[in-house]
Amino acid sequence: MDKALKKYSPIFVLPTLAAFIIGFVVPFVQGLYLSFCKFITVDNASWVGTGNYRYVFTEPSFRHAFGFTVSFAVVSIILINAGGLGLALLLTRKLKGTNVFRTIFFMPNLIGGIVLGYIWQILINCILSLAGKPLLALNSTAGYWGLIILMCWQQIGYMMIIYIAGLQNVPDDIIEAAQIDGASDLRTFISVKLPMIMPSITICVFLTLTNSFKLFDQNLALTSGEPKHMTEMVALNIYNTFYARAGLQWHGYGQAKAVVFCVIVILISLIQLTATRSREVQQ
Amino acid sequence: MEKRRKLSDHIWTIILALLAVAYCYPVFMILINSFKKERAIGTGSIFKLPSKETFNGLAHYVSAIESQGFLKSLGFSLLITITSVAAILLFCSMCAWYITRVENKFTKALYYLFVFSMVVPFQMVMFTLSQTADKLGLNRPFNIWIIYLGFGAGLAVFMFAGFMKSIPLEIEEASMIDGCNPIQTFFLIVLPILKPTLVSVGVLEAMWVWNDYLLPTLVLDIRKYKTIPMLIQYFRGGYGKVAMGPMMASIMLTIIPIVIVYLAGQKHIIKGVAAGAVKG
Repeated sequence: MDKALKKYSPIFVLPTLAAFIIGFVVPFVQGLYLSFCKFITVDNASWVGTGNYRYVFTEPSFRHAFGFTVSFAVVSIILINAGGLGLALLLTRKLKGTNVFRTIFFMPNLIGGIVLGYIWQILINCILSLAGKPLLALNSTAGYWGLIILMCWQQIGYMMIIYIAGLQNVPDDIIEAAQIDGASDLRTFISVKLPMIMPSITICVFLTLTNSFKLFDQNLALTSGEPKHMTEMVALNIYNTFYARAGLQWHGYGQAKAVVFCVIVILISLIQLTATRSREVQQ
Repeated sequence: MEKRRKLSDHIWTIILALLAVAYCYPVFMILINSFKKERAIGTGSIFKLPSKETFNGLAHYVSAIESQGFLKSLGFSLLITITSVAAILLFCSMCAWYITRVENKFTKALYYLFVFSMVVPFQMVMFTLSQTADKLGLNRPFNIWIIYLGFGAGLAVFMFAGFMKSIPLEIEEASMIDGCNPIQTFFLIVLPILKPTLVSVGVLEAMWVWNDYLLPTLVLDIRKYKTIPMLIQYFRGGYGKVAMGPMMASIMLTIIPIVIVYLAGQKHIIKGVAAGAVKG
């Protein structure tokens, strides 16, 4: 079978491989190289060594963007997963209208980040102005919490679906056995259900973590970094370094930031995956 | 005991219902305001329902469709989403089959490269990708699917390969012995078994491509081609006062088709999302 299939390798592998090389491999390798260069287009790059990186690590706006992203990520990961798991527990209790609730809670996922950001900008600005507070463009605290509310609104439904699938996979006989042994609902949840849905927790934390770190559309649409880059997350900071400034050096700085960002996202994902994977139990 | 359980269930149902109403509110607010006259859409009156004086009918919808090139953008978005998802489903399932059935260093390396590409943030490649696309002429709505195929391949190959490992090899071997070549085996035997995964991957990739903003903004020529997310962002980024009425009508026009598709195929969409996560 191997041999017969190998003869057909151009048909099976080549289309995807060619597109993957054009769409990912070449841009990635070029990006790595260009982070050590000064350039306007890919063709007129001149080598500057580690200069871009030395600049990037000392730039205050990039550092601030990182701090902002981390504090946003921590709070939103906790809230989204707690909310998603809570809803999943309620919706697996065979309550009335479960299907309708599930449909409604999942819906915001289908709306794109740009549109979502704009809807919430209108809503939050109206509430702020009725409360006599400064609007989003001048109010970084409101921008921070606005982003968190927006992300919860969008992502809780998605995580809920994954947790529901996880909870439905817990065998009934284990739960019955726990109840016969006299375990309360809370005890059953902590000692039986929670360890059994560890794979779902792994994937949900992974998804919320990478989504929060890579967040761009919602950030651009809701606050676009206002006021004065105070609510700018890393992805938007890199975008602005590339496209919002004039001058020969900025593309190189932007690319170096992107490499630093990429390395950090990969490291954090790896650490998180190994940490939660080790807590999973075999069914 | 039984009665107390019932009572708490009722309380939870009521709490969930309130939460569901709150969940719908932001979209509902846009909906009611899209029917109001322009001057009635202000901070003070935004939470009010349209009255006899402020009701504007479908006028904002008509002007949104007529003036902002909405239909054109809808067409571009549809074209890009359909071609990209079709290409991803066809080519990535073929590639994943080859990778799982032919085990050597090359396929192993390729598999890990695909997984790696899923984690890399788009900002890492955005500039070089847009330049590569320009050079190769892949910057038009009818061929941008090649870029999406390359960038979406990671998730798709990963999910297909995860599922294919569970298909028994004997079925495929039997078809080869019966005289099928690999192409016939793939399309007649493997692809039909793959149907649930095709739905999962299709749903996830379609949600991504349809809503994607940054990639088409950087790759396509924004003066000629705007997808729906680009149109919304362009519209509000313009100078001067943004006309709120047509803006809200455009937002509703982008949401309504999605909601219709979702309600029609929600069983598949929700299953697709759940299955996609389990494979991860």
